[in-house]
Amino acid sequence: MELTPAESQALWLSARVAFFATAGCLPIGIAVGWFMARRVFPGKWIVDAMVQLPMVLPPVVPGYFLLLLLGTQGPIGGWLLTTFGVVIAFTWKGAVIASAVMAFPLMVQPVRLAFRMIDVRLEQAATTLGAAPWRAFLTITLPLAFPGIVAGSMLCFSRSLGEFGATMAFVGNIPGETRTLPLAIYSFINVPNGEAPAMRLALLSILLAVSALLVSHWINRRAERLLGYASLRDDHAAD
Amino acid sequence: MLRIDVGFRRGAFELVARTGIDAGVTGICGPSGCGKSTLLGLVAGLLKPRSGTLRFGEQVLCDVSQRVFVPPWQRHFGMVFQDGQLFPHLSVRSNLLYGHAHLTAAERRFDLAAVAQLMEITSLLDRRPALLSGGERQRVALGRALLYSPRLLLLDEPLSSLDDRLKQQILPYLKRVKEETRIPMLYVTHSRSEVDYLADRVLTMEAGVLVTA
Repeated sequence: MELTPAESQALWLSARVAFFATAGCLPIGIAVGWFMARRVFPGKWIVDAMVQLPMVLPPVVPGYFLLLLLGTQGPIGGWLLTTFGVVIAFTWKGAVIASAVMAFPLMVQPVRLAFRMIDVRLEQAATTLGAAPWRAFLTITLPLAFPGIVAGSMLCFSRSLGEFGATMAFVGNIPGETRTLPLAIYSFINVPNGEAPAMRLALLSILLAVSALLVSHWINRRAERLLGYASLRDDHAAD
Repeated sequence: MLRIDVGFRRGAFELVARTGIDAGVTGICGPSGCGKSTLLGLVAGLLKPRSGTLRFGEQVLCDVSQRVFVPPWQRHFGMVFQDGQLFPHLSVRSNLLYGHAHLTAAERRFDLAAVAQLMEITSLLDRRPALLSGGERQRVALGRALLYSPRLLLLDEPLSSLDDRLKQQILPYLKRVKEETRIPMLYVTHSRSEVDYLADRVLTMEAGVLVTA
């Protein structure tokens, strides 16, 4: 399948945006997921609602608020422009932020669940063996939560690839800068003779999504083996 | 050696413990729910008392009124839990070395080969905990705590998840540990026969109260 420059541009832009959005969500998602799973604090439900909100709102709404905040006229965007000369709105960096905000809930949920499932007594056992909490976290909690973290990253990446509404509202539909795959498909549908490229990009999206699924499945299989689950299953199968 | 004088409360449950623990094996016996495990948690530092003090030799581990609290990872006590609590993602070998690996050479009293031999788990070193039997699991848990070369070994019903036949198999290992390592032990159980076999003295706990002169 031969891609025109405009199509491959959209493809690579999408991949780049989804990659950086996922990379950005990962550490914050692990931190927030851990706090939500393990800590009780006043106003927890507010934090929970804030995290989940982008998932239940029409995507245009967070996009519009991002524009108000981070646009060159907005409080944060204006400050970034005058202090660092950085422009977020209508650039691919803005597309990353829009995708990250929309995909973040999907990162947090599996990570939070994974942390919840881990027996805290394993961490206690580690501390009675001389491990300070950060070491117990890095050597026990984090490896055991790995499958959940992979699942969260996978959902986050796929949601980022599909981001449309918030991106459109915040950074527009600029070829080569913010026109990701979904926006390119939308644009082709709206021009005469655009059906063929639109269909090609649609097929490409399916291919990309299926590959991401396969990669995460493969990583999880390996992780399960490393974590000792798979060997247990194989053992039972051998009985 | 270990001087306990603490109060603790969780919900309606209240614990009062005032006693001294000396070298050798001290058994703490009492029915389920009497607060034995809670007491071990307080000694290990996994729980914070509401009042009182806890001393090990000259060291103050906890003094509520002075806001002194030494966290569990600095107490250097080993602990064996009821169900082993082996790390499922690590091999038996890595489990055994988890505490040992971060000790200085001077702090290490045992090496892996000797402990594995003592516990008869040498052939299991490369296995995952999921593939061990209950008795093997508890031997690994005991070996892991030993390799940490603890100043005090806390045993929280280490045999209660095993059937009678396995209990009879593990008890000699515990006796071996007692005789060969001379590490002081605090052994919590509801089974009088275990402490009779193992302990040098037995304290009885009832309804959250353990007070000796």
